[in-house]
Amino acid sequence: MKMRSIAEYLSCHPFFADLDAAAVGELAGCAVNEHIRAGEYLFREGRPAEHFYIVTRGRIALELFSPATGPHVLDSAGEGEILDWPWLIPPHRWFFDGRAVEPTSVVSLDAACLRGKCEADPRLGYELAMRAAQTMSERLQATRARLLDMYATP
Amino acid sequence: MTAPGVARPPAARLPLVPRPFRVLATRPETADTTTLTIEPADGIPLSFAAGQFTMLGTFGGAEAPISVTSSPVARPLQQTIRDMGGVTHDLTTVAPGDVLTVRGPFGTGWNITDGAGGDLVFVAGGIGLAPLRSALLEALANRAAYRRVVLLYGARTPGEQVFRDDLARWAQGDGGIELDVTVDRADRGWTGPVGLVTNLIPRARFDPANALALVCGPEVMMRFVAAALIDAGVPAGRIRISLERNMKCGIGLCGHCQLRELFICTDGPVLPYNRVADLMTVREL
Repeated sequence: MKMRSIAEYLSCHPFFADLDAAAVGELAGCAVNEHIRAGEYLFREGRPAEHFYIVTRGRIALELFSPATGPHVLDSAGEGEILDWPWLIPPHRWFFDGRAVEPTSVVSLDAACLRGKCEADPRLGYELAMRAAQTMSERLQATRARLLDMYATP
Repeated sequence: MTAPGVARPPAARLPLVPRPFRVLATRPETADTTTLTIEPADGIPLSFAAGQFTMLGTFGGAEAPISVTSSPVARPLQQTIRDMGGVTHDLTTVAPGDVLTVRGPFGTGWNITDGAGGDLVFVAGGIGLAPLRSALLEALANRAAYRRVVLLYGARTPGEQVFRDDLARWAQGDGGIELDVTVDRADRGWTGPVGLVTNLIPRARFDPANALALVCGPEVMMRFVAAALIDAGVPAGRIRISLERNMKCGIGLCGHCQLRELFICTDGPVLPYNRVADLMTVREL
């Protein structure tokens, strides 16, 4: 995907829906495409969250490794889904490993670049923060529901 | 009383008289769930609508309400049972040749023909796929009547999915079903989505304004799924859920399955979501 098509992709993505075209163009300036092979890590637990990712193909599993029980897959993001919010919220650090379970492509937006644009344009910053909060809320609700282990009983 | 939007199929002729059915085959689905293939000992087929249930029992034992799993337009009869206690343990440990008792069928069906000309969206959680499978097979037998047929299935783990042979076929596009499966917990052997089944709804391809959604699973899951379907644009009256209560007589007399003004054995188990949404959050009902 070339520079122009990243802007087009972002303008069609729900996370960026209804942002004006100039703002999306600005954000696309922070973005590149990345491709990783199955089994490779996109990011690692404890490392700085230097990018905001949108999966365009394939799937990234969010994993947590336990020395006693090995890797646990806690969540995943497939085509069109975003990873995640540490780019926006301090301490800007990944809390999980992100591993490709199949050949995967992402749009990778540089976190410092994004934060710089948010600070330069607070209205844009507010919009992106609200959208990240919406995603966080949806994931939190789904995670709480999963805590019920509802399929264990009818 | 029948809830609006869900027609009631013909009642069993002698609803309190059990009929003997012989076990033809047993198939373990998971560690605690088994599908029985059974045939009537008297040779008279059991007519039923997808979504209905029977009271299934062992001779001299008690009965349990069990949804029919097989196609209403094909033989043989199949019922899927999860081992949850004394009665269901007896039912899941039968062997070919054993004879069981069957009363019914009882209750309302999915009535998928109400979705003809539009999209059918099936959302199942855990063993909730069992009663939906009957409707899915009915849809596949008349596939041209529907546009998209979408199945979204959530299970606890990959090993706890039921009907894995069917899922494998449908994943290959067999029957024109668009299948997406997620699990709550996984190890690295699973390459599909991990997360709540509601996550599958925004990315599923269907026309919400012209869809009939059929949902079956744990009640909490059905509430979350119904909310996500409504957010996606499906009218609440076009969402049907299957409720489970302590069915006993099957004909609305004993009151064991009462949900305020509803008897789930006769008014349900399949009900329009907008008819029961408020009842599902009332405690002690």
